[in-house]
Amino acid sequence: MSEQVEFTFGGSGGRGARVRPQRKTAAKRSAGKKKRPADEEGGPAPSDSSTGRKGRGSGGGRERRVTAETMAAQQREISVSEFFTKNRHLLGFDNPAKALLTTVKEAVDNSLDACEEAHILPEIVVEIQQVNETRFRVIVEDNGPGIVKAQIPKIFAKLLYGSKFHRLRQSRGQQGIGISAAGLYGQLTTGKPMVITSRTGKGRPAHRIEVQIDTTKNKPKILADDEVAEWHRPHGTRVEIELTGKHRGGRTGVDAYIEQTVVANPHVAVTYRQPKGDEQVYPHASEDLPREPAEIKPHPHGVELGMLMRMLQDARGQKVKGALSTVFSRVSPATAEKVCKAAGVPSSHTATSLTGEQMEALHTALGETKVMAPPSSCVVPIGEELIMAGLRRRYDAEFFEASTRSPSVYRGNPFVVECGLAYGGSLPADEQAEILRFANRVPLQYQPKACAITEGVYATNWKAYTLQQPKGSLPVAPLAVFIHLASVWVPFTSEAKEAVAQYDEIMREIKFALQDCGRKLASKLRARERMESESKRRGLFERYIPELGQSLGAITGRAPKSVEKLFFAALPQFIRVAEIAEAAAAEHAGDDKLAAKKTGKKTGKKKAAKKSTPVKKASRAASAKKGATKKPAAKIKRAPAKKARSKRAPAKKRPRRKG
Amino acid sequence: MARSKTMDASAKKRRAKETEKKIQRLAERVVAQIKKEANPEVKIPIRALSNVQFNERKRLIELGDREQSREFFNVSMAKKFMQTFLVASAVKEHLLESGKTTSIRDLYYMTKHTIRGSKENTFDDQKESDPVIEDLEVSLDSLREELHLFAAKRGSMVGPMVIVDAGDEIDLSRMGSGGWSIPSITEDYVIQFKKTSAKYILLVEKEAVWHRLNEDKFWRKHSCMLVTGNGQATRGVRRLLQRLAHELKLPLYVLVDNDPWGLYIYSVVKQGSISLAYESMRMAVPDARFIGLRTSDFKKFGLRDDVKIALNKEDEARAKQMLAYPWFAKKQWQKEIKEMLKEKFKMEIEALSNKDISFVTDVYIPQKIKRGDYLV
Repeated sequence: MSEQVEFTFGGSGGRGARVRPQRKTAAKRSAGKKKRPADEEGGPAPSDSSTGRKGRGSGGGRERRVTAETMAAQQREISVSEFFTKNRHLLGFDNPAKALLTTVKEAVDNSLDACEEAHILPEIVVEIQQVNETRFRVIVEDNGPGIVKAQIPKIFAKLLYGSKFHRLRQSRGQQGIGISAAGLYGQLTTGKPMVITSRTGKGRPAHRIEVQIDTTKNKPKILADDEVAEWHRPHGTRVEIELTGKHRGGRTGVDAYIEQTVVANPHVAVTYRQPKGDEQVYPHASEDLPREPAEIKPHPHGVELGMLMRMLQDARGQKVKGALSTVFSRVSPATAEKVCKAAGVPSSHTATSLTGEQMEALHTALGETKVMAPPSSCVVPIGEELIMAGLRRRYDAEFFEASTRSPSVYRGNPFVVECGLAYGGSLPADEQAEILRFANRVPLQYQPKACAITEGVYATNWKAYTLQQPKGSLPVAPLAVFIHLASVWVPFTSEAKEAVAQYDEIMREIKFALQDCGRKLASKLRARERMESESKRRGLFERYIPELGQSLGAITGRAPKSVEKLFFAALPQFIRVAEIAEAAAAEHAGDDKLAAKKTGKKTGKKKAAKKSTPVKKASRAASAKKGATKKPAAKIKRAPAKKARSKRAPAKKRPRRKG
Repeated sequence: MARSKTMDASAKKRRAKETEKKIQRLAERVVAQIKKEANPEVKIPIRALSNVQFNERKRLIELGDREQSREFFNVSMAKKFMQTFLVASAVKEHLLESGKTTSIRDLYYMTKHTIRGSKENTFDDQKESDPVIEDLEVSLDSLREELHLFAAKRGSMVGPMVIVDAGDEIDLSRMGSGGWSIPSITEDYVIQFKKTSAKYILLVEKEAVWHRLNEDKFWRKHSCMLVTGNGQATRGVRRLLQRLAHELKLPLYVLVDNDPWGLYIYSVVKQGSISLAYESMRMAVPDARFIGLRTSDFKKFGLRDDVKIALNKEDEARAKQMLAYPWFAKKQWQKEIKEMLKEKFKMEIEALSNKDISFVTDVYIPQKIKRGDYLV
């Protein structure tokens, strides 16, 4: 919020084109697209050559500027709304259902980013009211730091105005035009202004502002500005947008978005009011804010040519060597020298004076020179415990597992993959597993098939973890798979930011994370299976004992009941259900490591006990004629319960005395 | 006659008492174990290839001394343990104490019921109860008849002989087309041989062939006892064969199909089986003579190609298995089996009828016996 940058829409072509490549694409497209309406609208056609230059124009030569400015004068007539209606899909407003989702998403993302940056534990309220059949009112309210009154109109009613624009830092940050685009969409489809209520602190007044975008100028138009005497929040912001939309359920709906956000953000409390009046309340699952991600300078291995060009131009007055070592992370002056040498660019040149070819050479050299991996402090994973806490909040499952990989690097960008599993309980057993995909804590709801995360789940051999998996399919089990990719730069397959690209490094980390989780789950499933088989054992014996009582009673002339009693008395010695149930309970309580240690010990003991079996048999054979004096020793095999352990010693002594 | 009958009755009673005591001891041992909270067990001699050996001197398959212990508190054995005592108590209560004898099928129904509080049956099939009875036999060291049990009878005999069967005198040369059906218990207290003019015994695997021979009155012409076991010979048939061979010193010829299964039928008659190895000494006839069908008979008797049946996979596997049995270790048997495997075909005895309906009676058997063309 501190570093708010203004991006005027075509007003001055030069500045517009100087946006970072990451954002540039949107800007560039807008620059390219917006030309057409101008032509169509039949404004005086500019000369061909100048149009072409403008289209390409991010180089920023002096001559071009002049041309661009001439152009700009003519372009004033193009309305932002024209641009927006033509390019809705880029911003996630393709259809009414997606528009509703995107609106909620942009508002919530903004709220969460603001809260986290201000170190406030987020409490947000999302409300969707149905105005009529096709019209909805989205209300998102947070307890964030609030917004200074003067900034409110710009932030909400000016496209491409924001704080997350130029930083290289892990944030939810969508396009940067998100919330204003949502407002514009609402305005275009319903004619209603956005209503913003905000207060920056106790004792200060809350402001309620109705604002619209002046679409021809891309400037806010304030319709109403009141001070609200009573507002229930000491600080925070409330955004209301009315729009044409469609509320639907399923994977791509708002409901799913809220549910998944809750899973990936356990520190967030959400109240969600659905159109039909249902209210879902998710309290905080964690009271700790995630660590604040460190902001880093770009890493030379991740940089793209356009970005490099812009960086060098910004480094006014610096030599190439100096510029490289200051704008990049992990590039020392010595490394910069090496890069220059490899590129054949004199390191003492002024950074701004390089030719296109020189910059290209420099770009290649940067990619090829060995540079330390960027610091991983810039990536903040959710963490295993919080993933499980999040999953618990969402699923009524039997087992929860999570595993967070250590940071890794793809193309110079540090990233962390983490994975969580929820298994059993009320999850449907005969359906394919549910996949929850996240990038920087934001749910990815569209294009699952194109996503590296989905691919990773498909490619994992779930059969190894005792789950069913038909060939080439997702596992069929009561399972939900959670995967989160945290990175300074998430490589999306497209501008729409719907699917993660399949980089080898990322695929590998996804695979490892899933395998790790799968192993943990499998060990629990096997333990449960053992427990079940123990109770089955018990049932089996209990069923046959009365039969044996009858038979043995009839043969020996005893009362069947008395023989039965003898068997029931001995039964506990041969069952270990209680103990396993204990271990499972301990694990369930989240005391995972301890439980694992315990079971480890136990299995060890079991093995030891089993090893003693041959000895037992031998002694049994030896004492076969002496009768059953030595037999009590046999108990040990099936009786690791405490009771049996305490009996072991006397049991061993007994035959010795007799022998 | 009457005197011997009463003697039999009292002997039977005495034997029943003895078996009762054995069952009682078995049960008492289990009760003693459970009182000590130990896992109750029953020792059962293992009836498998791993625990049989071929006694070269006696030429018998004998049971080894390895035992398995059937424990109650063991998921895989609990049911069998329960079944073992279910059978034991039924035998003691309903058969031994009342002096009655019944079939193993009957016993299966006597002991089959639904276990209280469940949908599980004590036995689901007679195939389950039969091995339990055999287990009980070996662990008690009692014979089936001592448990007052018998299997369904199978097999027939005709020939120039008069016998006494349960007190009734029967002339086996006047049995019509069906023959005398061999009971499942053929011990000397049930069957006694009176007089005979037979010079040898002929056992044929198949009832159809037996019918052919009986219709042709082969046994009259050649003075022999004509027996069939309808496939694998039952214990009753085998016991009878052994008694005929030992008590009357008659040579035994065996005619079976030319396939591994036929050969094994001969082998069981000759030296006993794996699963009933503990009864071999009472049943085996080590001198039994194998008169075919042999693979070489195909050429020897000029049979036509259409009687050949190709060996299937199971046949081959069984033949190879048999090659490894110590009781087929002798050269002539190895050669016989290997030849079958090499030629890759089998033949049924009926193949001989392909030449002429009475070829087996008129040519094949007389020629084999006369020329001493047999394997031992």
